[in-house]
Amino acid sequence: MTGYLTALSAIVTREALRFIHQRERFVAALVRPLVWLLVFAAGFRAALGLSIIPPYQTYITYETYIVPGLCGMILLFNGMQSSLSLIYDREMGSMKLLLTSPLPRWWLLMSKLLGATAISILQVYAFLAIAAGFGIVMPLLGYLTVLPALVVSGLMLGALGLFLSSFIKQLENFAGVMNFVIFPMFFMSSALYPLWKMAESSELLHDICAVNPFTHAVELIRFALYASFSPTALGWTVLATALFTGLALWGYSPEGSGIRRRR
Amino acid sequence: MIRSVLILSCIVTSPALAGEIWVTNEKDDTVSVISTETLEVIQTYPTGERPRGITFSKDFSRVYICASDSDAVQVMDPNTGEILHDLPSGEDPEQFVLHPNDRHLYIANEDDAITTVVDTETRKVIAQIDVGVEPEGMAVSPDGAIAITTSETTNMAHWIDTETKELFANTLVDSRPRHAEFVAGGTQLWVSSEIGGTITVFDVADQTEIAKIEFEVLGVHPDRVQPVGFEFTADEKTAFVALGPSNHIAVVNAESFEVEDYILVGRRVWHMDFNGDKSQLFTTNGVSGDVTVIDVASRTAVKSIKVGRFPWGAAYRPTE
Repeated sequence: MTGYLTALSAIVTREALRFIHQRERFVAALVRPLVWLLVFAAGFRAALGLSIIPPYQTYITYETYIVPGLCGMILLFNGMQSSLSLIYDREMGSMKLLLTSPLPRWWLLMSKLLGATAISILQVYAFLAIAAGFGIVMPLLGYLTVLPALVVSGLMLGALGLFLSSFIKQLENFAGVMNFVIFPMFFMSSALYPLWKMAESSELLHDICAVNPFTHAVELIRFALYASFSPTALGWTVLATALFTGLALWGYSPEGSGIRRRR
Repeated sequence: MIRSVLILSCIVTSPALAGEIWVTNEKDDTVSVISTETLEVIQTYPTGERPRGITFSKDFSRVYICASDSDAVQVMDPNTGEILHDLPSGEDPEQFVLHPNDRHLYIANEDDAITTVVDTETRKVIAQIDVGVEPEGMAVSPDGAIAITTSETTNMAHWIDTETKELFANTLVDSRPRHAEFVAGGTQLWVSSEIGGTITVFDVADQTEIAKIEFEVLGVHPDRVQPVGFEFTADEKTAFVALGPSNHIAVVNAESFEVEDYILVGRRVWHMDFNGDKSQLFTTNGVSGDVTVIDVASRTAVKSIKVGRFPWGAAYRPTE
């Protein structure tokens, strides 16, 4: 058992060290959502003054609406970033070292996932603190209740990144991930606009957004930030986490495509 | 689960006295009754046509409602919702104010350019006073000596001596005055001007202007910033001002006349009233058809409650 814990703490520490040593990455991870919050949202202040949707109890500004989506954005980018680091590890050879450990491979991957999620959550809290500094404040209890929602969502997006990394052979291909995963997932979700707004322009778009697991992660965070709970969002997020984790484990298993390709 | 958490948080934040906010729905011809504890509509009563101004008698045993298109002031039993009788009001009564003697109603008759004084006991008109065109805002000083009518088109506040029932002064304000209120023990008069976008503060002693308050909501066109109803906190240090189609409530420091904050509420916010201990403010939002509850201490909108179409006036009554 201690062997497992040693591996876990080693991998999480490595993630933390990597994070601490890359201050630019921390700043970049914060600047991205802040630009959205303070620049993009500024032009849309009145865009949402028309309707009240749960979990909100009254009219809100667009800045307030967009915060949970931006928390999701941090988790999404970080999930992909950790997949990028895995590709880097593979190119550098340190992955071979990791995977030759006598511990089961799933445990190593889960440790990696947990480490990456913990780092993401730290960044989300840093972002929420800065947003609060700009006057976009959530109910106090919400800052606590959002934690489990961030864990589940972070694991889901991290697992997705892990799964994708088992398919990407070279660092250069990461641009493809940006184009075909991050952008569609972010834009076709409830992060920037509520789903009813999507339905106004296109039913199809609405349906795509409604099945996007990122939408459910964002809604889970949104409800949790207001100390309430959306069982549907949690159900879908957990399901997607299980699915992506399963796929990632398969991708990294000796039978899986990831390894096959490496040979 | 969600609901219990929310209700719990409401209870924690507002240990208010039990009470109700009565809201007139201009287009539905009804009044909606909101519980200040649960923040839900608990009753809806039918009224005459186009109910607007609403106020309770001192002992809260009767509620007076301006049924503008029925040309009557209706007297309702708030415990049953039954209309007891109508008072003669002159044509198109829009707003009124109950004299501190709890007996005389001063009613603005929008179409007739007069202010009607009605005795609620004998149910007779005791005076009709000629004022400017389209009178609307009404106020009576705390000592009962002065009544104010503001006229929307003449753009004036008309000062009425309640003894003689005659005008003794007229003061110009900005375009389309809507609402008037005596403050600071009756030494100041505040008048809001909808089109002018200002509140004018007068010294009651000599009817001179002390200050003019202007509003500016970030990202909202100045034309849409239209101050209408306003109310003061218990210590009278802070005023909450409804800014009409800008969908915001302004928080004004009543000592320095500076605007300190703006709070987003529903569309075309019109009038408002506080709960019993003045910890919560209820604003009527005409176009969105709801009432927004503001937590006075934190100056944040807590909840918006659906009522009828085009809610207009609001009045509080304790139930315990």
